[in-house]
Amino acid sequence: MPMRRERVPIPFVVLAAIGAAFFIVPLIGLIVRTPWRDSITALTAPETVEALKLSLVASLSATAVGLVLGVPLAWIYARVEFPGRDLLRALTTLPMVLSPVVGGIALLLAFGRRGLVGSWLNSTFGVTLPFTTAGVVMAETFVAMPFLILTVEAGLRSMDRRYEEAARALGASRWRVFTRVTLPLIGPSLFAGAVLCWARALGEFGATITFAGNFPGVTQTMPLAVYLLVETNQEASYILSLVMLLISLVVLVGLRHRWLGSA
Amino acid sequence: MSLDASIQLTLGPLDLKMEIAIDEGEVVALLGPNGAGKTTLLRAIAGLVPFQSGHVRLDGAILEDTATNQYVPTERRPIGFVFQDYLLFPHLNVVDNVAFGLRSRGTPRAAAADRAMQWLDRVGLKNYARAKPAELSGGQRQRVALARALAPDPRLLLLDEPLAALDATTRAGVRRDLKRHLASFKGIRLVVTHDPLEAVALADRLIVMEQGRLVQTGTPAEVTERPRSQYVADLVGVNLIRGEADDGLVKVAGGSVVAAAGAESGEVFVVIHPRAVGIHRNHPEGSPRNVWRGRASNIELMGNRVRVRIDGEVPLVAEVTPAALKELDLVEGGEVWISFKATEVGVYPA
Repeated sequence: MPMRRERVPIPFVVLAAIGAAFFIVPLIGLIVRTPWRDSITALTAPETVEALKLSLVASLSATAVGLVLGVPLAWIYARVEFPGRDLLRALTTLPMVLSPVVGGIALLLAFGRRGLVGSWLNSTFGVTLPFTTAGVVMAETFVAMPFLILTVEAGLRSMDRRYEEAARALGASRWRVFTRVTLPLIGPSLFAGAVLCWARALGEFGATITFAGNFPGVTQTMPLAVYLLVETNQEASYILSLVMLLISLVVLVGLRHRWLGSA
Repeated sequence: MSLDASIQLTLGPLDLKMEIAIDEGEVVALLGPNGAGKTTLLRAIAGLVPFQSGHVRLDGAILEDTATNQYVPTERRPIGFVFQDYLLFPHLNVVDNVAFGLRSRGTPRAAAADRAMQWLDRVGLKNYARAKPAELSGGQRQRVALARALAPDPRLLLLDEPLAALDATTRAGVRRDLKRHLASFKGIRLVVTHDPLEAVALADRLIVMEQGRLVQTGTPAEVTERPRSQYVADLVGVNLIRGEADDGLVKVAGGSVVAAAGAESGEVFVVIHPRAVGIHRNHPEGSPRNVWRGRASNIELMGNRVRVRIDGEVPLVAEVTPAALKELDLVEGGEVWISFKATEVGVYPA
């Protein structure tokens, strides 16, 4: 049956067009003003390569930490009822709406050299976290893991739990049920959560610069490098910005079914 | 060698209190309307639903006992479970599905795959070993589910509505295969169904439950001959009335009296086959002892017979031929007389 086309009110079209342009014009600006012929030089400059490498290592590490700690947390949110669960969930997803700089300060107060846990870590193990690569990973995990937790929890809640019962009736231990049935069945959510977490970690700026500083080769990730380059070498900053834009675009296009809910 | 379960639980609107005992070699069908608690009982036996009090014993070994606080988790019970929608793991191919139980119980990979292939051969699906469940037809999925449940060699096989997910055209064939496979399995077999045809076709014994309670148990013939609830009577298609017998007369609800040859005394069920009920436009002449006035409230063609529901002192269903109906010139709402002989009435203690 052919669908009757609905008439769209003109003011809506105008406002929607302005709204869309608001996002698209900056992207065009970036593409138009990027000095393409210098791109190879800018991308292969040692400090760029270093920042890119650090960004990849830190964001992938943050994703790995997110998976190891976030999946069990999501499982508990989805499967265990306990008092204060909603409060706990709110606390662990707070970084999604919190200013990352505030997150960075909070991390400093907890894990800084004089922080609540940090002073103990320092005096007992001689470990310092702020202003180290490990600190970058912590800052990125802090900001990005909530995306993974929420996505995986939603996946766990919507999966048909009777498959787990079927596995148990076939003699599968709790662990085997989880690894051979639950995880594969929530595979798409797990993947989407991990990619979201990784993309968010890759773009992380505020918490990283606050908690880990901006030391080339140690804590200077791509967004931090771009920020510095805006002052010193604008054209290079455009190129790096475009690289990050492309990464985000690929993630978004790859996961579009998730957002549109048509997976 | 037997299953012995006594289970009492409440779950939402369901208040379940059942005791069942099944011997080795028996195929038992748990029959009842939707919401009777059949599936819940099956799940409780499997350890998937906790119960308030009772026990489950299999071959004398305690699987669960609330009195002594014993509980063997589902994964350590020697059971096979065929779920209603089969629940084949969608991410595993057919042979991995069938091998899952063996692998879970520690069989090495190669041996498990071998055994799984043998099972697929047995259910005629060897060529589908590498297919994903989504590529199979409903009947094929049912066979995979059965093979998966039987591969680990359980002592007790539980089947929850094994044919409900199939369409009518394939059901008869799959039912025949299922009967054959059930016959070759040597453990205890318990099938949940709401379909009397399925129950009678598959089982040696029926356990009828309604609203969480046992209503009746016996061979299919015993149950169909002597229904003990309206539900069973409706399934079988007979009129069932409960009453107080006294020397050939049964006083039923509403004060009417049914003449029933052989009625002695006490609470009884009265069963009257619709074919034994005659319909007349005028007061019938002759011998029938039971004659009432009534009103035809519903006329329904069933194959080559017509079922007429008649409201009156005692509501009854009568079955006549279409020709007889035409002769009576009967429409819904029409006044009629009904009659049946005292010798056509079955009576047995309630």
